[in-house]
Amino acid sequence: MYLSTIDRPAAASSGRRWTAIGANVVALGLVSLVTDVSAEMVTAVLPAYLVLGLGMTPLAYGAVDGIYTGATAVLRLAGGWLADRTRRRKTVAGVGYGISAIAKLGLLAVGTPVTAIGGVIAADRMGKGLRTAPRDALITLSAPPALLGRAFGVHRTLDAAGAFLGPLVALSILTATGSAALTAASRDAFDAVFLFSFAVAAFGVLLLVLFVKEHRDPLAAPRPRARDLAALARDPRARRLTAAGCVLGLATIGDGFVYLLLQRRSGLAVGWFPVLAVGTNLAYLLLAGLAGAVADRVGRARVLLGGYLLLAAIYLALATPWHGMPMIALILLLNGAFYASTDGVLMALAGPVLPATLRTTGLSMIQTGQAVAYLGSSLLFGLVWQTWDTTAAVLVALALTIAAGVTTGFLVRPRAH
Amino acid sequence: MRTKLVVAAAAFALLIAVGIGVIRHARQPALSESAPLTLHSGLYAVSTAPATQGHLISAGRVAALSCSRFHAAAGTGICLRPDGPLATYQVVVVDDQLREKDKFPLVGLPNRARVSPSGRLLAWTVFVTGDSYNNGKFSTRAGILDTATGDLVGTLEDFTVRPSAAADRNFWGITFTSDDDHFYATMSTRGHRYLVYGSVSGRSVSVVRDGVECPSLSPDGTRIAFKSAVDGDPARGWRLSVLTLSTGAVVPLAEARSVDDQAVWLSTSTVGYALRRPGGADVWAVPADGSGTPSLLLADAESPAVLSSSS
Repeated sequence: MYLSTIDRPAAASSGRRWTAIGANVVALGLVSLVTDVSAEMVTAVLPAYLVLGLGMTPLAYGAVDGIYTGATAVLRLAGGWLADRTRRRKTVAGVGYGISAIAKLGLLAVGTPVTAIGGVIAADRMGKGLRTAPRDALITLSAPPALLGRAFGVHRTLDAAGAFLGPLVALSILTATGSAALTAASRDAFDAVFLFSFAVAAFGVLLLVLFVKEHRDPLAAPRPRARDLAALARDPRARRLTAAGCVLGLATIGDGFVYLLLQRRSGLAVGWFPVLAVGTNLAYLLLAGLAGAVADRVGRARVLLGGYLLLAAIYLALATPWHGMPMIALILLLNGAFYASTDGVLMALAGPVLPATLRTTGLSMIQTGQAVAYLGSSLLFGLVWQTWDTTAAVLVALALTIAAGVTTGFLVRPRAH
Repeated sequence: MRTKLVVAAAAFALLIAVGIGVIRHARQPALSESAPLTLHSGLYAVSTAPATQGHLISAGRVAALSCSRFHAAAGTGICLRPDGPLATYQVVVVDDQLREKDKFPLVGLPNRARVSPSGRLLAWTVFVTGDSYNNGKFSTRAGILDTATGDLVGTLEDFTVRPSAAADRNFWGITFTSDDDHFYATMSTRGHRYLVYGSVSGRSVSVVRDGVECPSLSPDGTRIAFKSAVDGDPARGWRLSVLTLSTGAVVPLAEARSVDDQAVWLSTSTVGYALRRPGGADVWAVPADGSGTPSLLLADAESPAVLSSSS
């Protein structure tokens, strides 16, 4: 089966498409929603906790931040292989969710030492690295191939809804404890957020255990062996998709860069960055399902390429002298649309191409490529930002986006065979 | 399936109960009334005791004013505090009756605050996340307000640096001289933390020396108390020292624990600072000449400020 055959799935009957994606996908989506509420609760208060609660100097926090980036890439691949080898995707994902849940409890226990906090955050990211590929593999194995775009759309919508709700839950707890005025000794209030975050994460693990079903591999299907792994690494389709993942990672210098340009254009204070991220997330949440449905109808590769057009439109808009609120809203909408038409869609494109027995490993290869390329591009961007002025930087980003789009076009182009 | 739904519903009910439980447990006790506190003389600090946390305290009295960071001199106080939950903070200028004279929004997490000896200039440092050029790490912003003219310096990054420095520079920990124009501060660039000497009117700073953070100028203007990272590595903690400006001599102080604070001068011969511990902080004092031992000055407090009766 080549990309062409799965790229434009046969048109399914229109009525039952949304229900046909399967209860398992919805269950996985709900688990992600609950888990993201838990994770984003902590993310929202962590800087304030480290600085005001623990009196940590943020330049030490920078060191904390760097600890986990490399380690998770390796763990992701190992987790993918383990899930395929044991055929226990649900179990491996569950362990990942469990590790992140326990890490929340770790925040309560460790107290002040910087290294301990770093360890807890690293454990949380390791859990996330471990669970992502098995979860996405389960989605591709649970939904009919023709509806994978929608399946990922529904999953990512629920996932983003959790990320949207998390900070609001954290804020409600802080307000309810009367700790809106965060000071050094508000540790009780922070502890309340962490404890509740753990309870929410544990609830997510329970939902996974109760409602997510493992995909039954055909009994005759052989367990993947090391040489199958070598074959996967040599498979041109898997290679092309991994390369597409890397290109996407490179092109997503996006967020920080886009916000920084918006800030320069509109005179926003840098502290509003989190609010811009919320705006992007909201647009993503609203558009992920739509993008998935469009991908199922017109072709996933086309929607993925459309994502690059949206990103190019962002940089074009930033190259104009327009600014103000409508401009900010437009950029955030386009940015959310870019994510909606690339993130889940790439997985939906990749799923059916990869052999079912090695699907988790294959997806983890693509995701690792994307993550490592993203890290590289953000480091590179740090250098670029210091040497070029705003206009030059926008034009360079625009050129890079077009180059990424064209490259991706070659990589995922439907081939006649 | 029915059993699973019942289990999930029960777990959700338990989750809500846990939520209510943690909120009740962490709820702040109401502050008990005390005689009104004013800025006159003595040691002021922000309480970290559970019953009064965040409130300004002095000589056993508790003010209604609540701050994340506080400093005062000559009847003027600066209070950095949250302006609504989480995201935003504000600078509040208070008079000697602790009444609000002025306030304006601040973007970032409050870290340092300082008032010039005359009470005219105010300075603060905040930590900001999300500057893309440093890959999501924190960076700092140090600002200055002239209360006489209303002139505001949003960030020292706009000042000219001599010799010229890289774009990734960060400033923190401003301390003023007595002329209401010149100041010392920390400038960090390319992994070094420099002591800089600057002028508000000249909008410029010049590098004095390497390895000095959070300077605090002595009342006589001759020495600077500062912290420096152990072996240049912040992960190993900070030590307090005193630099004599005329000779460049540096004397490590007798405090052997890691101090992450901008010290204050309690007198011409003693410096004070907050030491964090699990659940709060304490204010300690140590001789400024490297002799003696640290002594506990005020338990359950941080952000110390000393007002002298002459002002």
